[in-house]
Amino acid sequence: MLNRDEDILQAAETWQKQGHGVALATVVETWGSAPRPAGSSLVINDDGTFLGSVSGGCVEGAVVTEALDVIASGQPKMLEFGVADETAWNVGLSCGGTIRVFVEKVG
Amino acid sequence: MKLEILKELNAERAARRPVIIVTDTANGDQRLVKAADIAADPLRAELSKQLRMGKSGNVEVAGKKLFLNVYAPTAKLVIIGAVHISQALAPLARSLDYDVTVVDPRTAFASPERFPDVPLVAEWPDVALPPLNVDHYTAFVAVTHDPKIDDPGLLHAFDRECFYIGALGSRKTHAKRAERLRAQGAKDSDIARIHAPIGLDIGAVSPSEIAVAIMAEITAQLRLPPKEKEEAA
Repeated sequence: MLNRDEDILQAAETWQKQGHGVALATVVETWGSAPRPAGSSLVINDDGTFLGSVSGGCVEGAVVTEALDVIASGQPKMLEFGVADETAWNVGLSCGGTIRVFVEKVG
Repeated sequence: MKLEILKELNAERAARRPVIIVTDTANGDQRLVKAADIAADPLRAELSKQLRMGKSGNVEVAGKKLFLNVYAPTAKLVIIGAVHISQALAPLARSLDYDVTVVDPRTAFASPERFPDVPLVAEWPDVALPPLNVDHYTAFVAVTHDPKIDDPGLLHAFDRECFYIGALGSRKTHAKRAERLRAQGAKDSDIARIHAPIGLDIGAVSPSEIAVAIMAEITAQLRLPPKEKEEAA
């Protein structure tokens, strides 16, 4: 399944060409039973439209919000979600794992 | 990610060539390394290990934390022969994430009833194979036992440098096959690439067990470093 991200990255390129602000969020580290492996990615545009997944649905909402900040500022960010984390309590990785997600602007 | 890097990444992926994106997660610095350039890269040991495993991960180099994101093409499996072994092999390979295609010109064998949910091409290899884009990320298995069907397939697999080539048959059958292929212009180095008898020697008896032996051998070929690969063979 790792290898099926083609269309996501293609969409990132297409959105960019259409003049959208675009961000790429990538799982860079996982501990415990994280739902998606390192390398999984999510692309987000400035409409808040997104494709792909970094957690199978648990924390995408929070990642999209942060991605909009990254698109605006151009500064990359590292996000962490896990059971010991306040944010995770709110947006929740129900599986009990921890993940780190790197969010960067495209372009 | 710079747009140039994204474009190059998408182009390499479309061409089914592996790429690794190296990111310094502290500051976002990034570069793209093509598989062909790994040997000359300062991170060659780390890069080739991650690529072989088909796995993304972090390394620490000179106090920098780098994320290596591996983009490897989906491996394909082309099976020549819609035989009993293939009925077990195709679903097993799919569960291991291979894109599987079965080729057999004999329509009685290549029937959707025998191969539900598997792409089937009921044509001779010379017609069936060119559109399949057989490449280095393809494992190629010939199991019809019929030289008219297997041999042209194997010649095609040599040409396309498949990472694994296997053919069903005893040592005696294989010796005859080697003679025929040589007569058709195959080099000794090509013939040496055929795994025959096919599959790891695990004492497989039933078609399903033979399928396990074949997928184990293909996995070893895909994942083991070159030296250990020789020992396993």
